[in-house]
Amino acid sequence: MDLKGSRTIAADRMTVWRALNDAEILKAAIPGCKEMTGNADDGFEATVTQKIGPVKATFKGVVTLSDVIEGESYRISGEGKGGPAGYARGGANVRLDETDGVTTLSYEVDAKVGGKLASLGARLIDGVAKKLADQFFENFQNAVAPRSDDEAPDDDDTGREPEKKKGLIKKMFS
Amino acid sequence: MPKDHGIGASPKRREDVRFLTGNGQYTDDINIHGQSHVHFLRSDVAHGTIRSIDTSAAEAMPGVIRIFTSADFEGVGGVPCGWQVTDRFGEPMQEPKHPILAEGKVRYVGEIIVAVVAETLEQARDAAEAVVVDIDELPAVIDMKAALEDGATKVHDDLPGNLCFDWGFVEENRDAVDAAIKGAAHVTTLELRNNRLIANPMEPRVAIGDYNASNEEHTLYTTSQNPHVIRLLMGAFVLGIPEHKLRVVAPDVGGGFGTKIFHYAEEAFCTFAAKAVNRPVKWTSTRAEAFISDAHGRDHVTRIELALDKDGKFLAVRTDTYANMGAYLSTFAPSVPTWLHGTLMAGNYTTPLVYVNVKAVFTNTVPVDAYRGAGRPEATFQLERVIDKAARELGIDPIELRRRNFIKPDQFPYATPVALEYDTGNYDATMDKLVEIADIRGFGKRKAESAERGKLRGLGINCYIEACGIAPSNLVGQLGARAGLYESATVRVNATGSISVFTGSHSHGQGHETTFPQVVAEMLGIDESQVDIVHGDTSKIPMGMGTYGSRSIAVGGSAMVRATEKIIAKAKKIAAHLMEAGEEDVEFADGTFTVAGTDKSVAWGDVTLAAYVPHNYPLEDLEPGLEETAFYDPANFTYPAGAYACEVEVDPETGKVDVMSMTAVDDFGNVINPMIVDGQVHGGLAQGIGQALLEACVYDDDGQLLSGSYMDYAMPRADDLPSFTVDHSCQTPCTHNPLGVKGCGEAGAIGSPPSLVNAVVDALSEAGVTHIDMPLSPSRVWSAIQAAR
Repeated sequence: MDLKGSRTIAADRMTVWRALNDAEILKAAIPGCKEMTGNADDGFEATVTQKIGPVKATFKGVVTLSDVIEGESYRISGEGKGGPAGYARGGANVRLDETDGVTTLSYEVDAKVGGKLASLGARLIDGVAKKLADQFFENFQNAVAPRSDDEAPDDDDTGREPEKKKGLIKKMFS
Repeated sequence: MPKDHGIGASPKRREDVRFLTGNGQYTDDINIHGQSHVHFLRSDVAHGTIRSIDTSAAEAMPGVIRIFTSADFEGVGGVPCGWQVTDRFGEPMQEPKHPILAEGKVRYVGEIIVAVVAETLEQARDAAEAVVVDIDELPAVIDMKAALEDGATKVHDDLPGNLCFDWGFVEENRDAVDAAIKGAAHVTTLELRNNRLIANPMEPRVAIGDYNASNEEHTLYTTSQNPHVIRLLMGAFVLGIPEHKLRVVAPDVGGGFGTKIFHYAEEAFCTFAAKAVNRPVKWTSTRAEAFISDAHGRDHVTRIELALDKDGKFLAVRTDTYANMGAYLSTFAPSVPTWLHGTLMAGNYTTPLVYVNVKAVFTNTVPVDAYRGAGRPEATFQLERVIDKAARELGIDPIELRRRNFIKPDQFPYATPVALEYDTGNYDATMDKLVEIADIRGFGKRKAESAERGKLRGLGINCYIEACGIAPSNLVGQLGARAGLYESATVRVNATGSISVFTGSHSHGQGHETTFPQVVAEMLGIDESQVDIVHGDTSKIPMGMGTYGSRSIAVGGSAMVRATEKIIAKAKKIAAHLMEAGEEDVEFADGTFTVAGTDKSVAWGDVTLAAYVPHNYPLEDLEPGLEETAFYDPANFTYPAGAYACEVEVDPETGKVDVMSMTAVDDFGNVINPMIVDGQVHGGLAQGIGQALLEACVYDDDGQLLSGSYMDYAMPRADDLPSFTVDHSCQTPCTHNPLGVKGCGEAGAIGSPPSLVNAVVDALSEAGVTHIDMPLSPSRVWSAIQAAR
């Protein structure tokens, strides 16, 4: 499955870029992220718990950044193994454009699942991936430049339970 | 008046008492003291190179006894293939090694990589999660035609490509067929797919290995349709265990439909591991595992051409088929698209020229093998669909077109252009019966009634013929079978006259425990309750080639008849002695021996007692005891045939198809138990309707099985099925077996898909639809309606 989208973030481009390379912020943004270690140069290791249809699994895997154009774009990709649940993998091509101090973050996401996740959850995966992508970028946006209350979405479906639920790239694109 | 006992009566199935009261003894009901449990870690990628396997963390986990990888199987054979096909250039098929556990590469989602044996199943599963397998994923080969393109990724690196074989039949007729098609007044062409299916027997597979170190004896309990075949294949080709040290037991088995014929890696693993860990090792498949490890069925893509003259006489049939083998060759996989398929392409008709080309292809999918009908449903579907299309194109009634081309009763025995000799049949008679009981003439009125309700009603008919009673050993040996296909039976008469029949025909739903005693009781004139069947244990049965291909009563039943004839011959000698008469004067009827023309008689029980208490017995001429064994090798296949009709209603707004009626008229030759035959046909019809309407095994381009549970794989349910009309009163008895029987196990699944699809196409013909591939789901039907507009 593939999906595209964009977000506007009230911050300059380099601020957003640094956030995109910050393990703590990524950890906070990735839905279901339990742990995340490492750095942008060497890659990150992440543990993410997610439920796709009837399958709930904890994925362990690596998140890597590639095709990096400093301050402008990169590809963030990950692969997680979920034990008996199978695997999930994917990535996002992320691009930043700044206009008047506001940065537009555009993304194209692709995801694949295998094993039990595919045989039980394939029908659900597009919907799940879209939801997780939305959550990730919502979380990311909030982490970088929190919006005021009147800008908050009606549906507080950010997957951002205090402290715990940092969603990771993992899930969805991995 | 119907008989109330013996051949032709319908006693209720005696095995159902235990099945319906929860007293069946299935393999999973067996638990051996000290047994351990295995969990198989299976590949979740369709194709990849195994870079490393790290079991160290798993080995330290609680309860783990031992963890196996392919390294533990050095020197052990692969899972063998039981049939070698020779291609049209005279070369043997490509036959890759099929390892017990994946060696170096994984080739389908579900292939076993690691086996964890632990004290409990939960411990085995937990430990399997701690095993780290590093796989370099490779592109998967899923589509058969793409698999044969130059440069396609190879499923097996050591083979030239993904082509298993390119088979032509009859190769010598190739040019003549081409010429006939070129010169024909009319040629009808159809491209179709016979959808891939998963058998889904109610009972998933189970295997328990046991080893007795003191006498070096192995026992395997397994869910098999043919325990002797498993003993032969596993003992001789995989593990190197001689027959006398290997016992295979298949107790009650909850349905097979072909998928439990084959020898599976899990069986070999449990047998091997039981010795390696010196503990019984048990495996019970989960339903999710069954979807990715039971052999799948069908999956043929075909282009068929039918050439006709100006009068609608069939001149030639030419087909071009791609048959999916999956990643490895399952036990009988190569025979299905070839000898069980090409030989049936003459159907019930006098078509003089036939050429069948089959390209068997390796893909990164679960191995594909026989499923109820095995090759014959694929042949019937192509042929009966293209005939229907031709009838529509030529404006000839589809029944009339078939009748013009039927082999007529006075033409039997009839040698087809595709190697078979049909011994007997009467296709007009079954069609006449179908026209009558399906009320074909009343269809127009029913169609009008449906139209008033906004529904499109369609009528589909088709014929079928199958080659059953598999098979003459010398013939199948020439065709590539690596086994004989006879059957054996031992009839053991006990001192008090009761009888145990030991048969190589396994029963897993067919009702042998009821029908086989009917035959013996009829021959001896004793009560059926005096006869029991023993099956499913290689330590008890002399030999058995198993239950598939509708062969049990035709081959196994014939062996039982031959053994019973030997019993009668010996019993007559004993009776002659008891009555002080000449053996030639002894007559035997209704369980009593008499001397012709006298009032002297002895009862069955007197003779059997004398055989075991031989105080007054011709010991100098005759051994005591009364037990005989016979092996029966059939002289020919049997040829059940029939005519089916289906009526459907299609909702043009939604594409939903409702099956309004399904009528099956079958010529099974003589029938032992009409009620059981009805049941066999009903089950086959349900599976055929399942294939035509509901079931589809779907892989994505990466080789992930998307239809891996009952959420996505639709099995037929009661409300998908009409009340069936079944008739088997048209009987042309088989000419070459002693019972005159043909077999009835697969007919329903062979005959029903084409009639259902023909019916839907009929319903949509005015909308311009000429074909829809199975399954005819609402979305496909609706899309076809829209596309034709």
